[in-house]
Amino acid sequence: MKQLIKLDINNQVYEVPVSPKDLLVDIIRKKVGLTGTKKGCGQGDCGACTVLIDGAPVLSCITLAIACQGKKISTIEGLADEQGNLHPVQQAFVDYGAVQCGFCTPGMILSAKALLDRIPRPGELEIKRAISGNICRCTGYKKIVEAIGAAAAKISTGGVE
Amino acid sequence: MERNYTQVGRSVPRVDGPAKVKGEAIYTDDMVLPRLAYGKIKRSPYAHALIKKIDCSKALAMPGVLAAITGDEAPIKWGIVPQAANEVALAVGKVRFWGEGVAAVAAIDEETAEAALDLIEVEYDPLPVLLDPFEAMAKAKDIRIHEDAPENILHAGDQLFGDPDKAFEDCTYILEKEFHTSYVNHAFLEPHTALASYEPQSGQLQLWSSTQVPHYLHRQLSNVLEMPMNKIRVTVPAVGGGFGGKGEASSADFCAALLSRKIGRPVRVTYERSEVFATNKGRHPCHMKLKIGLDKEGYIQAVDFDNTMDGGAYSGWGMVVMFYTASMIHLPYKVPNARARVRRVYTNKPTCGAMRGLGGVQPRYAMECMLDEMAEMMGISPYELKMKNAVESGYRSVSNLHVPHTEYKKCLQTAVEKSGYLEKHGKLPFGKGIGLAGGYYISGTAYTLYQSYKPHTTVLIRVDTEGGVTVHCAAADIGQGSNTVIAQMAAEALGVRFEDVHVVSGDTELGTFDLGSFASRVTYASGAAIKEAAKQINDKLFEVAAGMLSCRADQLEVKDGRFYSHYEPKKTIEWEKVVDVYTNAVGTLTGIGHFSPPRLKGIDLSRNVRVQGANIGHSPTFGFSCQIWEVDVDLETGKIRVDKVTEAGDCGQAVNPMSVDGQVDGSIMFAMGQALYEEMKLDGEGKMINPSLHDYKVPTAMELPQISTTIVDSYDPTAPFGVKESGEGPVQPTIPAITNAIYDAIGVRFTELPITPEKVLKALKEKKEQAKG
Ligand code: FES
Ligand code: FES
Repeated sequence: MKQLIKLDINNQVYEVPVSPKDLLVDIIRKKVGLTGTKKGCGQGDCGACTVLIDGAPVLSCITLAIACQGKKISTIEGLADEQGNLHPVQQAFVDYGAVQCGFCTPGMILSAKALLDRIPRPGELEIKRAISGNICRCTGYKKIVEAIGAAAAKISTGGVE
Repeated sequence: MERNYTQVGRSVPRVDGPAKVKGEAIYTDDMVLPRLAYGKIKRSPYAHALIKKIDCSKALAMPGVLAAITGDEAPIKWGIVPQAANEVALAVGKVRFWGEGVAAVAAIDEETAEAALDLIEVEYDPLPVLLDPFEAMAKAKDIRIHEDAPENILHAGDQLFGDPDKAFEDCTYILEKEFHTSYVNHAFLEPHTALASYEPQSGQLQLWSSTQVPHYLHRQLSNVLEMPMNKIRVTVPAVGGGFGGKGEASSADFCAALLSRKIGRPVRVTYERSEVFATNKGRHPCHMKLKIGLDKEGYIQAVDFDNTMDGGAYSGWGMVVMFYTASMIHLPYKVPNARARVRRVYTNKPTCGAMRGLGGVQPRYAMECMLDEMAEMMGISPYELKMKNAVESGYRSVSNLHVPHTEYKKCLQTAVEKSGYLEKHGKLPFGKGIGLAGGYYISGTAYTLYQSYKPHTTVLIRVDTEGGVTVHCAAADIGQGSNTVIAQMAAEALGVRFEDVHVVSGDTELGTFDLGSFASRVTYASGAAIKEAAKQINDKLFEVAAGMLSCRADQLEVKDGRFYSHYEPKKTIEWEKVVDVYTNAVGTLTGIGHFSPPRLKGIDLSRNVRVQGANIGHSPTFGFSCQIWEVDVDLETGKIRVDKVTEAGDCGQAVNPMSVDGQVDGSIMFAMGQALYEEMKLDGEGKMINPSLHDYKVPTAMELPQISTTIVDSYDPTAPFGVKESGEGPVQPTIPAITNAIYDAIGVRFTELPITPEKVLKALKEKKEQAKG
């Protein structure tokens, strides 16, 4: 049976009818219509569906939607600022060629953002660990790691914002 | 050499980058249409069985179910290679691999569709299952997978050039070995998706699909649905990777289209990850025997190659891949005498097809490893042996592959110098090793599956005051960045900035014809067509500009958005102004360009040589590269850690160097997966044991070694803008370079993939026992 719940996604509250077994990824993509969150496996193996819940990366394909009531959910669509300026991690992904097919990109960027919020100047190993649950089949990760490092440098030297 | 480029050779961010980082790029599964229905495919639990009966009545009775289809409703066979078309949208009468589709439903939502699948009743009569190609050939009398293949062989080929047997007699060094490669999948991140919308009143079908080959798909849909091509439109939204796995039609495409036509409303079919594995089309496991003979100075005199390919249940790209493997022994070394005997065998496995660097990876593994070993036999460095035999510009192989330009030796030299290979090879402590391998790949060609002389690529450029420059093409940007390099080449040819060029691609109605994104053909082929189209536009604009500047048209040049006179640089005018004047008088400007690679097949009468080996013989140029890998083998656990990869590649003129680097990095990690981790596994009944990204291990960021890549200075004067390829060549050297590095580390030559810790430990143990005597 469906029940109406409230989900706080990117600082907007959405009222959505969900059944107890509905997964967060499907609600975000199909009911709320934010399709930036991707589904690469639906089994918690690829990281494409990563969103942030209260700032921490979570795989939305193995998270029940009803369990997210009262929490702050951030998806890739919520990352740019109100004027539409890209977050430094997003900008670095563009500038450093860290995007190819782009299917891993939203999840990858959110994992990176969560890392930088926690550790502003991560070392290379910390970056690799933070994205180790996000599979990218196109880029070979090298430019992704570089982009995250560059974004970290930019944020902490106050180059942006 | 005209290399004074401003747009080609610029490292620029890809045009679709911002949309992708914002999560705004639209992939097929992101799309919603009014009255959208959801399709699901029921799959066989048997790898080989007769279908006795399919009963969909219970499913159809379920509320919310809109339609069900079975194979009988669309029995026309399709195949990416028309001579061997033997696939159907859904199985007809028999299933030949685990996971083959037998029926499909459409319902108002995914849950209902899913539930309906369980209500479809299928009766099977299981048949014996053949999972090994040698067994399949041996038992062909009793168990036949396809009626028209009495030996369970799709196709076999014999190619003989020169007299290898006689040449071997005079060789000083001869080595003969067997190699076995593994069963791997592309594992692109976006599962196949197709969204079909059939409009009953007009009889028009539109299909959005995650495909690499919109035009092939178009044609296959027309065949299977028995609809004229002009009633079908195929559109490619953003695609989440392909690597060859989306280089054919899929049952998602057919089922979405058939269901939509049946119910007159849009239907989407999106695969689960397990269905991606079940429908596979990944790399062929190859069982290869290779024999190489060198004279006493180390020059290759003869190569004898035998390859048994495990093709799985259907044809796929199999025949093409097979002939590619045969062709691959002819480069990047001079081979005066060669024989290839190859066969592609049916088994009851998910079908193999084309995967990044198709046909090259397996023979390259064997050849580069053996040359490493033969250098050791001779007591020289593998580098020296490879340099000695490396091809040079202008080389023509005995099989008539013509290499107009190569910097292969520069690739070898650069990688060796940058890695310190000569100082390290054979001198590192036990457990640490360094290995070298080279490779090459075709560029600009394709096996044309249209049995006609139709150009492989057409590009239409439109210039007007409204849209500026619009390039209509049909290359599919599957993540490799073709839209960006196409804009750069068009901008270069027209003398404008790439930011001002719009690219319309991936649509059979709005775009022009193109064979598709595979076989590293797009940059070269599009580049050639763009040049031709742009010339027509420039010719007209030059006349007008000349009039406006009071000079002669042949004195003009266009660059950076301005026309200049060579002789009087002060005579200059903005490009837009000239376009304005032209279009005010005449209207929109267009130019159209076509490209087909040279046709070299058949008999070259002038030299009386026969050209064979799929259309690889038509490749107008080739990319080359070298990789050097440094590994650290953990002697306790058998784990292989890669410390460093040094790569140097000849991709011709790099159009977008940042994008080339991305292709190379991606190739390195992609092929590393096959070398060390990846393998699809089947149980004795042919059921896949690991159809998930949890159990099928692809490299993660934790496996990323230090990677140093170099784009060696290169320019193919025969190629448009001097370009070659960079998307598939760089996967070629990876596996043998790792394998050679492991040999250098622990003295074991692995001839079977993947090289897992278990295999390493076993080999170390055997080595110890042997040493004890
Ligand atoms: S879709 Fe959630 S981890 Fe793959
Ligand atoms: S960019 Fe394609 S999977 Fe990462």
